[in-house]
Amino acid sequence: MNMPLYVAPEQIMKDRADYARKGIARGRAAIAATYADGVLLCAENPSNTLRKVSEIYDRIGFIGVGKYNEFDQLRIAGVRHADLKGYTYSREDVDARWLANQYAQTLGQYFTHEMKPLEVELLVAEMSPEVGEDRLFHLLYDGTVMDTTTHVVIGGEADVIGNRLQDAWSAGLPLEDAVRVAVGALAGPDRELVPDDLEIAVLARDGERRSFRRIEGDDLGGLLE
Amino acid sequence: MTLPLFTPDQDPGPSFLGLLDRLGLGAPEISGPIEAGVITHGTTVLAIHTRDGVVMAGDRRATSGHHISHHSMEKVFPADRHSGVAISGAAGPAMEMVRLFQLQLEHYEKVEGSPLSLEGKANQLSLMVRGNLMAALQGMVVVPLFAGWDERLEQGRLFQYDITGGRYEERRYATGGSGGVHASSVIKLRHAPDLDIGVAVDIAVEALFEAAEEDSATGGPDPVRGIFPVIATIGPGGFERLTEDEVEARTTVLLERLSDRGAR
Repeated sequence: MNMPLYVAPEQIMKDRADYARKGIARGRAAIAATYADGVLLCAENPSNTLRKVSEIYDRIGFIGVGKYNEFDQLRIAGVRHADLKGYTYSREDVDARWLANQYAQTLGQYFTHEMKPLEVELLVAEMSPEVGEDRLFHLLYDGTVMDTTTHVVIGGEADVIGNRLQDAWSAGLPLEDAVRVAVGALAGPDRELVPDDLEIAVLARDGERRSFRRIEGDDLGGLLE
Repeated sequence: MTLPLFTPDQDPGPSFLGLLDRLGLGAPEISGPIEAGVITHGTTVLAIHTRDGVVMAGDRRATSGHHISHHSMEKVFPADRHSGVAISGAAGPAMEMVRLFQLQLEHYEKVEGSPLSLEGKANQLSLMVRGNLMAALQGMVVVPLFAGWDERLEQGRLFQYDITGGRYEERRYATGGSGGVHASSVIKLRHAPDLDIGVAVDIAVEALFEAAEEDSATGGPDPVRGIFPVIATIGPGGFERLTEDEVEARTTVLLERLSDRGAR
């Protein structure tokens, strides 16, 4: 008589977590940090066309790291979800906490029920019209959600980069300092990152309805000098 | 409401309307004709081509049959940062069309990571007007004007539509709604190929004033309640709506000129 192969649930979960972590650790890191006039979204990304940082809604931005097709699918689902909610109710009813919860549900569902977990880490950022009320939601591959109001690092080598960022970051930095701090933390002491290696955007607290702005080309070069 | 994830063969792509259809939230079917008197209608809108971009304007009256249902309705809206849309016809479906059109453009831009071309936007609106054809045949006609700044050609462009979704690009000006014919007479006499955008704004104010005199469904300026036409310019800097104060000032100048002449 054949006995079904028994694997302890702890072992299954550990194997899945290891698998997802390995996939994510291969990619480059990204940072979200609040600054004086909004939220800075900054990713190391050598590609100019395959985006990690994007706009979800008026005051909500998104960063995905890990497997591109997986986080991009989640990004699009987020845009759809936010636009649908804004259409059904009103624009002010769309918030990041609710979107982060939806992402957490989906990631958790994949982690426990599907063949393989999603190899992604996400960040949902919300800029608030009030200074100090910005929210950053950090989502792990298994659906874990963490929220902060200051700064977050996601992706490979997050711990090391996080320590560097922690030392240099402070509340209420102007944009150019915030960019320098974030890029310095991503690069570390032995490397230098040029604008082509970076993808930077802000959720700007400037009164416009859509707050997401990319900082590219000469503007970015100017900030990094 | 759960996260809308689709398999690749079910994916609606960058279309918000496609997404609504996929989720069964599309517009309801209309089964029979609707009596004209019960539908709220918005009336006169216009767009003028100038060398610096396009001016769009609309009066503020909405009517249901012979009844004036709103005194301060708005008919000129930004479609996105670089384009605008003005509506005439059945107000309810028209406002909904504008809302969906705005969302459609923004949704496309966010999903795809880059905005549609101006031509693409004009064609999108064409499809939406065509989608309203069955309703139009039951009495709910919606005919928009669309104008925008074409960043590739570096010029303003404007488009007129018919109820079947037919799209006609105009080089000089376009009008819509019941007072449109009177407004176009005014514009026609004063339009020139290298028109200044400030002059075009004055022409728009005068055209709407004349239309309001000749057409009962078009509302004139109302200094008592402070209701003036909605006017917007679309140039390289994008869609900009003129402030109420500026439109009021220009209307006052026009009214003084007309009374000095003793024409009224």
